[in-house]
Amino acid sequence: MTDKVILDVSHLKKYFELGRNQVLKAVDDVSFQVREGETLGLVGESGCGKTTCGRTCLGMYNKTDGMVRYNGKDIHALKGAELFAFKKEVQMIFQDPYASLNPRMTVSDIVAEGLDVHHMVKDKAQRAERIYELLNMVGLNKEHANRFIHEFSGGQRQRIGIARALAMEPKFLVLDEPISALDVSIQAQVVNMLIRLQKEMNLTYLFIAHDLSMVKHISERVGVMYLGSMVEITGSDELYSHPLHPYTQALLSAIPIPDPDIETKRETTRVRLQGEVPSPINPPPGCKFAGRCPYATDRCRQEAPGLKDMGGGHFVACFAVEG
Amino acid sequence: MSELLLQVKDLAVSYHGYAGEVQSVRRVSFTVDRGETLAVVGESGCGKSVTAKTIMRLLQTPPAEIKEGSQILFDGEDVLRFDKKRLADYRGGEAAIIFQDALAALNPTMTVGNQICENLLHHSKMTKKEAMEKAVDLLRMVGIPQPERRVKQYPHEFSGGMRQRVMIAIAFACSPKLLIADEPTTALDVTIQAQIMDLIKQWQEKSGASVILITHDLGVVANIAKRIVVMYAGKIVERGDSRSIFYNPKHPYTNALLEAVPRLDLKNKQVLASIEGTPPDLINPPKGCPFSTRCKYCMEICCQEEPPVIPFEEGHEASCWLYCLEKPCEDAPFTWEGRSNDR
Repeated sequence: MTDKVILDVSHLKKYFELGRNQVLKAVDDVSFQVREGETLGLVGESGCGKTTCGRTCLGMYNKTDGMVRYNGKDIHALKGAELFAFKKEVQMIFQDPYASLNPRMTVSDIVAEGLDVHHMVKDKAQRAERIYELLNMVGLNKEHANRFIHEFSGGQRQRIGIARALAMEPKFLVLDEPISALDVSIQAQVVNMLIRLQKEMNLTYLFIAHDLSMVKHISERVGVMYLGSMVEITGSDELYSHPLHPYTQALLSAIPIPDPDIETKRETTRVRLQGEVPSPINPPPGCKFAGRCPYATDRCRQEAPGLKDMGGGHFVACFAVEG
Repeated sequence: MSELLLQVKDLAVSYHGYAGEVQSVRRVSFTVDRGETLAVVGESGCGKSVTAKTIMRLLQTPPAEIKEGSQILFDGEDVLRFDKKRLADYRGGEAAIIFQDALAALNPTMTVGNQICENLLHHSKMTKKEAMEKAVDLLRMVGIPQPERRVKQYPHEFSGGMRQRVMIAIAFACSPKLLIADEPTTALDVTIQAQIMDLIKQWQEKSGASVILITHDLGVVANIAKRIVVMYAGKIVERGDSRSIFYNPKHPYTNALLEAVPRLDLKNKQVLASIEGTPPDLINPPKGCPFSTRCKYCMEICCQEEPPVIPFEEGHEASCWLYCLEKPCEDAPFTWEGRSNDR
């Protein structure tokens, strides 16, 4: 891991106009940086804007405001050859391995589609060789190449999706809940593979997930999102040992731990959140979490807290936390 | 009145598909006492949901087939022999089920109030008006704000967590003796999951009913279940009280399952103990132990004969050949006396 910033997101906003003067603020003023070779985890509950954020960072959505720089270049302003090159360098792995692979294409065609588009192979023999190499890399073999997607299990499909992304020799991968559709025993296989591939190929990951224990496991740094805003961002060990934002604290204490003794102990100290995540359509001003926060004051309801530097790369957006 | 509420004996269920007979559940037996919580844990396709549906008699036959010799005794009566009328009283009245996907389980064309009333009107001699009042009370009990207004709304107007609460209200309506919760929180966020589990737990303490909690997440059951049954490929591989399962698992599958989950106290990027391979195809289940194809300690005998059930301390038993040998497998990395407690 180097200190070189590969992706720099500053004050990114992505609003969806729903008509009738309704605006869905999916991503509302989010800033973070991803350094080369690291894994940044983005966590949050469903509807917090983590997927939209990941997609906007890759230019799959147009931004509403703010700036996304990849290696110093504004990605939403890229055109022609530069855009083509950018799309090769960044890849995405999707949550649902059943929906993100074309059922009418064979595995080899799925994996090689990018190779063909970007003219990365000279002839048929080289194409086949590259496909086998990629399948091998993700723990599949030659025999799988000419099969169709319906013949595979969820875990195998996710591997095919990863092989497709790796075919482009990417530098930066956005993994959007890559394991949440898989069984526990298969999750461990895929995560181990992702960690291995990252080391071998010096990849940078933006790992989006709702499973905090898995995010903690795979990421060096973690950003916590709530209703379109980044509420806390810091190193993963620091986040779990010293969570500062009330939402992070509640989220951490809601994760069940497979250990009866610890669970019984936690029962008394558990931070319980009341209510549910409010709608991101026309959200009220102020801190997004104020409605469910046990420490909310009048100030929180009127003014939105910005990210405050607490030292050591720990940023938190909360008035109640003293800097 | 005996302590025993439900007794499942030698349950076997198969599905007949175009590819052949899928043996979803293969001779499963367990019991549930009054007022206890039993957790059934396993991965997708291990037969846990089919077991739940069979207890509720919700299987469509055909394509499903409940094999000869299967018995489900509820309060001493065989559920599999219930006639239509008895079944109608049983379902929703004495036993209730909560499904994973509340949106698919609720009727989109009926208001939630009517759906709760439907259950109440069938099982008690209430008038429509009384039932509606009870429905409002139930919604309030499960933590839905403004129940008077919400009772007239349709399922699509509710969020995922709220829909699950509606399902729970329907299940609670007639104070059943047995509640089956089939992955009740899998589709929900963690903070909502904690709320729903609290709700089920509180209701159980108050009503003294039995709960069968079906889940794939061992974390969820840690402080709720008294006893745990671990299923794999249609069979029970290990059962015991929750402490022995978590601190002293005997079956290699249970052990692997516990180690495959990353824990908050583990080091960053440590390699997770994954279980290689995939669960077996239940059209042609393996001849011996169902886990033999993925087991690290697989021996010759594992692939040939089904392992016997080995009893350990009080109520804890596992089906594994490793315990039948004089000298267990030498390269077994975890000691059979117990998993190291340093984690």
